[in-house]
Amino acid sequence: MSSYSVTEPSARQKWAAGTLVVIYALITILPLLWIIATSFKSPSDAIAYPPKTLFEPTLEGYVNLFTTRTRATEQDLKELGEPKTWYDRIVRKDGFIIAGPSRFLERFSNSMIIGFGSTVLCIVLGTAAAYAFSRFKVPLKDDLLFFILSTRMMPPIAVAIPIFLMFRSLGLNDTHAGMILLYTAVNLSLAVWLLKGFIDEIPIEYEEAALIDGYTRFQAFYKVVLPQAMTGIASTAIFCLIFAWNEYAFAVLLTSGTAQTAPPFIPTIIGVGGQDWPAVAAGATLFLVPVMIFTIVLRKHLLRGITFGAVRK
Amino acid sequence: MIDVVLENVTKRFAGQVALDNLSLTIPGGSFVVLLGPTGSGKTTTLRMVSGLDKPDSGNIYFAGRSVTNLTPAERNVAMVFQQYSLYPHLTVRQNLEFPLKSPLLRTSKADIDRKVNSIAAMLQISHKLDNKATNPSGGEMQRVSIGRALVRNPQIYLMDEPLSSLDAKLRADLRIELKSIQANSGATLLYVTHDQIEAMTMATHIGVLHDGRLVQFGSPREIYEQPVSLYTATRLGQPRINVLAADTFPGSPPGAVNIGLRPEHITQGEGQEALVKRVEHLGDQTRLHLVFKKNDIVTVTEAHTRLRSGDIVKIQPDKPLYFDADGMRLG
Repeated sequence: MSSYSVTEPSARQKWAAGTLVVIYALITILPLLWIIATSFKSPSDAIAYPPKTLFEPTLEGYVNLFTTRTRATEQDLKELGEPKTWYDRIVRKDGFIIAGPSRFLERFSNSMIIGFGSTVLCIVLGTAAAYAFSRFKVPLKDDLLFFILSTRMMPPIAVAIPIFLMFRSLGLNDTHAGMILLYTAVNLSLAVWLLKGFIDEIPIEYEEAALIDGYTRFQAFYKVVLPQAMTGIASTAIFCLIFAWNEYAFAVLLTSGTAQTAPPFIPTIIGVGGQDWPAVAAGATLFLVPVMIFTIVLRKHLLRGITFGAVRK
Repeated sequence: MIDVVLENVTKRFAGQVALDNLSLTIPGGSFVVLLGPTGSGKTTTLRMVSGLDKPDSGNIYFAGRSVTNLTPAERNVAMVFQQYSLYPHLTVRQNLEFPLKSPLLRTSKADIDRKVNSIAAMLQISHKLDNKATNPSGGEMQRVSIGRALVRNPQIYLMDEPLSSLDAKLRADLRIELKSIQANSGATLLYVTHDQIEAMTMATHIGVLHDGRLVQFGSPREIYEQPVSLYTATRLGQPRINVLAADTFPGSPPGAVNIGLRPEHITQGEGQEALVKRVEHLGDQTRLHLVFKKNDIVTVTEAHTRLRSGDIVKIQPDKPLYFDADGMRLG
């Protein structure tokens, strides 16, 4: 026991921990891998039983996701001549022709606008509020903070009907602005609380030093507090984006056309030309990409963010 | 070179009085050291001058002009904090440049480089300039924060125990460096320390604070030799001044309650007998711990004394200080 150390885990402990992490990662990533695999299957492979793990990959799901198709007679197909593009060829193989683009791209960009829009707004408002709560003498500070948190004490959908009525009378139904406002309002309490924790951790001495060094209060905030709060801002932004990106219930309730986001749209693909699981899987796969990129970009901040409070410089 | 004046400044924190009607004049070009135990108001005084805190009442003047309601930037002061002072997200160089790039100074790029490089060389941190500010050792970080004040040319430099986290050698070097910078540039400095050597060697004036009040202000020699009270007398002196009942030695003036004897103000060879309890050889001198009429007394003697524990030595006071019942000095 001479080499025993309380701070350094033994090789066996490290190995056990590593194995656990790998098993957990496999379990969580398996459904994702399955969805991605399904998106490259043909519709018949997708519903084959027993399930196929080895299959001939095709982009049919992706083509179906981005297009609407109509069935064509053999004569129609003959009259059209040879297919001009690779996606024409895929569609015609099953006796269809492309009728036009689907609404997926539109819904996807709605998701981008609403998701990132509400995240940016939430971070701007949340950082300002968190800084004020952290640094200034705000009257009734504790009550206000509790009130802000209390908005999360029931599922947001519980107030769906009042929100629906409110949105209708304000003309916010099915608008980008309406959805951005709604997601910002839901996320803001989380953002304020998380960010306040991070800003509390930044000693006020840094701002005082900046004031002495000839900067105004706002410049001190901008040049000294903000860069040090980046960890917190990054992790809060990821939480906000994931919520707004995945939100389904309000999106179904409040959007139908112009501002409809991808989550309520993707399941509707299933009706177009039978059980088109590969197209649904393709939609889900593409839907993952922006959040993944965003998370990877902010990853190095996130890692410290998860351990916030534990590490003090 | 301007005079900085605090006039009847009072400050309370949550009902506790931090500064009690404090008046203090810091003459332009002087090096003023504030002495006092923790909680006596030293740091609060610095923060009043800096503008980080505003007095509840009273005024602060720079060159006769009231700055009481001005921000720190408007006052143009530089300050070295005791801790947490370097911006952790910047490099050492960016930290040193930070005040020069402020809207207050707007220094040209060439001037910034010249100043930063010369200060870095003086503080021996040139090789660390491109490191993250959190990377250097504690002593190096403290030097960077001193450097961040020295790159500027402010109305007054405020320093809150800037050398306390450094090792002895560096502290001695920087003490001399700071003093010569101040003497050469004629800058005005307000400096808080617990270290007697810093206070005695660097200060042109020492201000002694007690419970938020200024109890004595004068040259280091004056504070050491002519303390107004027992409190002031115990601020300086290493080993500390011996405080005994006034009747321990004959010849006390009427009204005296205590007698204060600095260790070097006890002569040996004549007078009354004392028992040597412990002998500490420090190299350049020897400290004797004596027992005299049940009182513990510390005195100093020559380095190579033959006295040993258990010996008897005759002592008598030389230049004693007498204090009355309130601790004020008599005569």
